[in-house]
Amino acid sequence: MGFDTAYESISEESDSGHRWAFGTGFTDPLAGVDTSVPAGVDGADLAAYCLMLGDDALIMSHRLQQWLARAPELEEETALANIALDLLGQARLLLTRAGTADGSRQTEDDYAFGRAEREFRNVRLAEVADADFAGLVARLLVFSTWRLALLVRLQSSADPVLAAVAAQGVKEIAYHRDYAAQWVIRLGDGTDYSRQRMEAGLAAVAPLVAELFAPSATEERLAGVAVIPAQLRAEFDAVIAQVMAEARLDWPEVGWLDTTEGSGGSSPRAGAVGLFGRGGVHTEAMGYLLAEMQSVARAMPGATW
Amino acid sequence: MSEEARSNWPLFEVFLRSKRGLNHVHVGSLHAADATMALHHARDLYTRRNEGVSIWVVKAADITASSPDEKDPFFAPSGDKVYRHPTFYEIPDSVPHI
Repeated sequence: MGFDTAYESISEESDSGHRWAFGTGFTDPLAGVDTSVPAGVDGADLAAYCLMLGDDALIMSHRLQQWLARAPELEEETALANIALDLLGQARLLLTRAGTADGSRQTEDDYAFGRAEREFRNVRLAEVADADFAGLVARLLVFSTWRLALLVRLQSSADPVLAAVAAQGVKEIAYHRDYAAQWVIRLGDGTDYSRQRMEAGLAAVAPLVAELFAPSATEERLAGVAVIPAQLRAEFDAVIAQVMAEARLDWPEVGWLDTTEGSGGSSPRAGAVGLFGRGGVHTEAMGYLLAEMQSVARAMPGATW
Repeated sequence: MSEEARSNWPLFEVFLRSKRGLNHVHVGSLHAADATMALHHARDLYTRRNEGVSIWVVKAADITASSPDEKDPFFAPSGDKVYRHPTFYEIPDSVPHI
């Protein structure tokens, strides 16, 4: 895709000054990063972890892209496009990393467009459709708050590639969280009607929150490389509480994911044991999403343009 | 949102200072509910290609502008006063941006 040389051609060094109005000084997030798998780390586990984080970004990005040409304002549309592009960038790096980590040499496109629904490892929060703009900003607030807490910790990962991707992502997601929080506050602390819509948006995402902090064997095995999701809960709760207070909203009651056998979870959509996004079990929305996202690649395998 | 509420979003003018530029330069305008939102919109609309390090936004209504009708009394008198320009000495090569 010319990805490697794109940075060089618009870098500060090679710019003679005549294009300065378009911006220069772009940096490749993986410049100078050692991409070999660190000693003592299982390549298959590392690949699985990269797929989890990569799929979260890829699927969330696709949902955001569906807002283009539907956003309430032109300015908001560009903001959503920027956020979608940031996440797509993270997904590309992470899926590419998955292909090198397990030695399968699969490309980012193989992963994005060649897998079936059960092979996707994203949390279900990323895949559900938004009823309206309030639903979107509620979902984006939850997603960004959780992912920012995760990436901040991932910056000290033993895998240099994950650490570099996280360092780049922290700056991006911090803005996404800010964007979503601003809108949740505006709508929550706005008119009676906007407040009603915002409450409905929060109620729609709340049942999907517990899954974000569910323990997974992959992360346990990757000590020092991966972030244990349960450790993110305190920061997540604190940030959400702060936004809710500012917006004068109440966060809907959500319990921890109950993983005891046969419990079915602590909320209607919490999922049974292992039966949630990280385990490849998705909501009905996922099939439709993939059918659209993969349609071109499946109709014309290997096409380039 | 009603059409009326949408059209009530005021117009803001956006000024950017790029890395290499010396001053904030007017780059365009946008609609936003208030100044904070305008700043966010400006970031999303006008700094997507790494253009800026500083953004100013100002309500278009707050700008007092010269009127095209007053063009002659405002600007024409300076047209023949070439001595006001610093063109009568050599500018050293080491002094840029003049």
